[in-house]
Amino acid sequence: MNHKRKKQLIKIMISLLLVVISLLFQFNEELYHNILYIIAYIIVGYDIVLKAIRNILKGKVFDENFLMTVATIGAFCIGEFPEAVAVMFFYQVGELFQSYAVDKSRKSVSNLMDIRPDYANVYRKSEVERVSPDEVNIGEIILVKPGEKIPLDGIVVEGESMLNTEALTGEAVPRKVSINDEVLSGCINNNGILKIKVEKEFEESTVSKILDLVENASSRKSKSENFISKFAKIYTPIVVWIAVLLAGIPPLIMKDAIFSDWLYRALSFLVVSCPCALVISIPLSFFGGIGAASKIGVLIKGSNYLESLASTEIIVCDKTGTLTEGVFKVQKIKPIGYSDEDLLRYASYAESFSNHPISLSLKQAYGKEINEKLITKTQEISGKGVLGEVDGKKVLVGNEKLMKEYNIKFEKNKEVGTIIYVAINEKFAGTILIADKIKEDSYKAVSSFKNNGIEKIVMLTGDRENISESVANALNLDEYHAELLPQDKVSFVEKLMTEKSSNGKLIFIGDGINDAPVLALSDIGVAMGGLGSDAAIEAADVVIMTDEPSKLSNSIQISKKTMRIVRQNIIFAITVKVGVLILSALGITTMWIAVFADVGVSILAILNALRILRIKKTKKE
Amino acid sequence: MKKYKFKIKNLDCANCANELEEALQKIDMIENVSISFMAQRLTFECMEENIEPALESIRKIIKKEEPDVILEEV
Repeated sequence: MNHKRKKQLIKIMISLLLVVISLLFQFNEELYHNILYIIAYIIVGYDIVLKAIRNILKGKVFDENFLMTVATIGAFCIGEFPEAVAVMFFYQVGELFQSYAVDKSRKSVSNLMDIRPDYANVYRKSEVERVSPDEVNIGEIILVKPGEKIPLDGIVVEGESMLNTEALTGEAVPRKVSINDEVLSGCINNNGILKIKVEKEFEESTVSKILDLVENASSRKSKSENFISKFAKIYTPIVVWIAVLLAGIPPLIMKDAIFSDWLYRALSFLVVSCPCALVISIPLSFFGGIGAASKIGVLIKGSNYLESLASTEIIVCDKTGTLTEGVFKVQKIKPIGYSDEDLLRYASYAESFSNHPISLSLKQAYGKEINEKLITKTQEISGKGVLGEVDGKKVLVGNEKLMKEYNIKFEKNKEVGTIIYVAINEKFAGTILIADKIKEDSYKAVSSFKNNGIEKIVMLTGDRENISESVANALNLDEYHAELLPQDKVSFVEKLMTEKSSNGKLIFIGDGINDAPVLALSDIGVAMGGLGSDAAIEAADVVIMTDEPSKLSNSIQISKKTMRIVRQNIIFAITVKVGVLILSALGITTMWIAVFADVGVSILAILNALRILRIKKTKKE
Repeated sequence: MKKYKFKIKNLDCANCANELEEALQKIDMIENVSISFMAQRLTFECMEENIEPALESIRKIIKKEEPDVILEEV
């Protein structure tokens, strides 16, 4: 608790004490009670009254200080001393609580994003100097010890370590780095000592970009926020004018109307007229939602996007790299008369001099060193494959055409992907299937999209029809379109945009490469694998730091929760306020109820908004 | 147009933030003015050659609307 709030709390306590004394002791004269009340009022509310006077001099009438001052002084005038003190007292309690809650949520969001490095250890004149990260230049060598944050993006030149990327990605599994690996600022060095050659200045480093993005997110306001500011702008003047009419008209036209009675009702109006509860709880909710998303490694660039996510109807996905891993791997080996390993060995050896992607996948799957002495001959047969002599055996590795050319009898393999046929000493030895694999996470993501009420999931890809079909079927997608050129993707997205309802949103999710036109065209453009890809961070509205599409579905859940809380707060606050206004006009309620409608609603709305942050925390445990 | 960011301190009510934002939007030299109460940030766009007079008008309006508020460079 800071100094200002402590002082405020002391004022509140002293004033409470005076009120309690006045209530407990029966003085002979009413006057003593009233003096106690007036002192209590001055202690707790003098700053409000001063602010109100200052604002009147500047011509600002409808501000909350003014309203509270008029309401309370009015109550004194008609002899309602306890009410006057109570209104000011609870108003101050509410303000104190509000400032505490706002501060707390600011802190917890900044703790979530606690990735800003404080210093860098840089080698200068053969000594290690500790400097601020923005003083380090590109090309300098920095030292990062265990437990320290990596301050700038760079490349490891010495050492090996496990990096904790949780603050950036929400991912608990540490990442191993060694010489020549790229490292990103904001990661925490777990164990080894690393020497890193700086590649980017601090301003351009990942950590600065991410922080900047999150801090600016709340500047892009949501429709709900704009609605509330507009509402607040008309609500307060309307209520104040009704209060004036209420105090003035009935005593003039009604025969038995007592002025002080109607004034009391009007003063209750003023107490309820503050728009604070609404105005504070809504940005607070969005702020919390954006914070909760960044905790799981999803950066949302604006409150408006967080709001839109909840009304997603159509999700359009890219295939390669988004739903699939984007790397071609050996998926299946079907040998005939050989072991899996032998078949893979012969194939890798025969292909070992080729730089074709297929050759790389084979070598990667084989995983052992190639003894080049065993290869006595290799010959590439263009468009068909390779002929090689390995270990004295004649090995053919290639497609169907190659088998046909050499008159090898083979069984056709009809699986989806690239099929490598292998023959050894003129005899068919089996097939190897190389394919891009669907991410485990994609299954989870698609089913979770459907559970979250997404109406349509569409895959757009430039890849071949049969491969796309098998991915779409395996994932149970609603629609897919294959063999598309980039401009075809644009026209498909344009068409899909017309299919959603007027408030529904279309999300495009891709890996951020070559997607710029569709990212811009869709309501919300989501880029995946944002960690380390500046292009993706720039182009998208939402950035998923890891390559898990299911994070999008988590973000939609966060968005829905945020919107639910926002709606609850709007409805709750407006209902209570309007209800109390009606009751006050009829003279049924007291000022005490009016204070509750103002301060109580504020506090409840704030507590409700804070739930967004709290629930995320327990989930983590 | 260049984007400018400032930290805005001692702004203690969300409604005041909205009102201040609205007042600042009336300055001709700056565009896309936004105050985030939660992030305590003022962002706006301005031509680089106009930034000095723009800042002066911003400070003037802040002094009138919310005299306690302090503008700080990020």
